[in-house]
Amino acid sequence: MDDVVIRTRNLSKEYVRDEFRVVALKNANIEIHRGEFIALMGPSGSGKSTLLHLAAAMDRPSGGDLEVMGSQLNSLSDSEIARWRNRHVGFVFQSFNLIPVLTALENVELPLKLTHLKKGERMQHAATALKLVGLDDRMGHFPRQLSGGQEQRVAIARAIVTDPDILLCDEPTGNLDARSASEVLTLLSRLNKEFGKTIVMVTHDPHAAHFATKVRYIDKGELLPEGQAPEDWKALPN
Amino acid sequence: MAIPLSYNIRNLAVRKTTTVMTALGIALTVAVLLAAFALVDGLRVAFESSGHPLQILLTRKGSDSELSSNFARTVFNELKYKQGIARSAKGEPLASLEMVTVINLVSQEFPEGSNINVRGLTPIGLEMREDMTLKQGRWFTPGRREVTIGNSVAKRFPDAQIGKKLKFGRGEWDVVGVFESPQLARNSEILSDLNQAASDFERTDVLSSALIRATDAVAHQALINDLGYDTRLNVLARSEKDYFEMQTSSGDLVRYLGTFVALIMAIGSCFAAMNTMYAAVARRSKEIGTLRILGFSRRAILASFLLESILLSLLGGLFGILLVLPLSGITTGIGSSVTFAEVAFQLHVSPQIMLKGMVFALFMGAFGGFLPAFSAARKQILVALRQV
Ligand SMILES: Nc1ncnc2c1ncn2[C@@H]1O[C@H](COP(=O)(O)OP(=O)(O)OP(=O)(O)O)[C@@H](O)[C@H]1O
Ligand SMILES: [Mg+2]
Repeated sequence: MDDVVIRTRNLSKEYVRDEFRVVALKNANIEIHRGEFIALMGPSGSGKSTLLHLAAAMDRPSGGDLEVMGSQLNSLSDSEIARWRNRHVGFVFQSFNLIPVLTALENVELPLKLTHLKKGERMQHAATALKLVGLDDRMGHFPRQLSGGQEQRVAIARAIVTDPDILLCDEPTGNLDARSASEVLTLLSRLNKEFGKTIVMVTHDPHAAHFATKVRYIDKGELLPEGQAPEDWKALPN
Repeated sequence: MAIPLSYNIRNLAVRKTTTVMTALGIALTVAVLLAAFALVDGLRVAFESSGHPLQILLTRKGSDSELSSNFARTVFNELKYKQGIARSAKGEPLASLEMVTVINLVSQEFPEGSNINVRGLTPIGLEMREDMTLKQGRWFTPGRREVTIGNSVAKRFPDAQIGKKLKFGRGEWDVVGVFESPQLARNSEILSDLNQAASDFERTDVLSSALIRATDAVAHQALINDLGYDTRLNVLARSEKDYFEMQTSSGDLVRYLGTFVALIMAIGSCFAAMNTMYAAVARRSKEIGTLRILGFSRRAILASFLLESILLSLLGGLFGILLVLPLSGITTGIGSSVTFAEVAFQLHVSPQIMLKGMVFALFMGAFGGFLPAFSAARKQILVALRQV
């Protein structure tokens, strides 16, 4: 079986606003294999989030092909995409985006509402995911009662609870202090190593990139070939 | 599976003030509608059970009510021995010539006075109204200036008490008793001797109406037909029950007016609910984007926000019912369009009326919530996520 999770061919995205055309991504070709942990780096505005959004079908490409888990996303309807997303993709945001009125456990249970699992099973799965991120003692807490690092770990638990094929993280440590960031990165790395989760993580932080198995750069909408960094990019400390 | 209900309930609880204000707006609207319905229902209860099934009320052809009817003594004498009219224990025909007029009584609630029916009748007329029982005192004595008053008249007018005097016609009348009847419409009348009243109002030969009782249902129908078609008598014959039911129509105006005002208010309440829900959608834009990414469809988002609006109106409906519930049982008077006199009755907030109010409230929630819910569902994920 093909172990390619994401494959793009000349994937492009342009935004047209008024008279201006912004090319956010041009002719990106990438293959992401099962079990990889890729850090996506590049200057601000280079198109990192754009690539992630296209991969999660949160936006439609302007050109090229995108295949995620063997599905041609262009051909799916809105509700099919919703179901597909629930089953195959976990998304982690920079700003956590937990539902404030739901407890940690309820937040994690939420995506399971779309599965056929019964209430008891859902609770069990959610509790297991929270335990995995080390927050089994915080299940009844509301987001405002948690620290940023804890909120992000709940968000990761919510992203993995449906056992998706790929985890997409957009600057998951961007809002965290060094200690919490390191906890979150260790967790992602564990998910990759122990559970074989495929992860694509956008980051600005070279230290964070160390946790990944591979680093890819984007510059001005162009995905640079493997092993190549933008010219003015400060060399990775190592 | 859908977005859990607890999500909506907790969001309503989080923005307490807005929720309560919006619900109160809906509650007031529901209360107006229900108060009008309770009034009409009370009126219906007051009249529905009234009247004897075998009795026939005769008025002059062309007059709707006893009050506007002129009924000659000679006509009465001609018809009272007709075939099919029942007899009393003493062998007299159960036929009662009556005079009805309106007087103005002053009360604390209405210092400018309200219209009350005075009915003059003979002992046979009293006999034909078995439903009436004395509550206090005694019946008026024929030939004296005495009155026996209905229970609701006694309740509402300080001057209408045993031992006191009422002034109408050519002078004062002694109040000698209070009667009561389960047929609520009767309780709003003052009864006196036919001949005394007739001479006071100078109507000795031309009175108002006649009440007759048939021996059985067949005779009842036959009498209505015969008397009605007799052009020489020129009377309108209808069953006493029908006559009372007609009076319920005086509630129609109240119902139309109440419904009209409630509908106008409902438009306002719909907009209030819409405003509240639009604010909720704007504030929770990011959550909407997040829910979509978790795999909830546009339809699930639509359903969730619509449901939240309906929950809000459910709360409003409950408040509204609580507001009108104390009205149930309150006695009030309404000018009857048929008799021009006041009939006292109780407002009646029945379970059916409450249900109507609830449905009305839920419609407001659904109408007000639809557009905001639709706008929430239509949002692009990325646009939704970017809004704060
Ligand atoms: N909705 C939009 N409309 C117009 N232009 C957009 C839109 N979204 C993104 N862009 C533009 O596309 C380009 C790429 O944006 P993107 O968000 O992918 O950058 P990024 O690499 O994630 O940057 P950052 O590191 O600051 O998050 C930018 O120039 C941005 O201004
Ligand atoms: Mg970005």
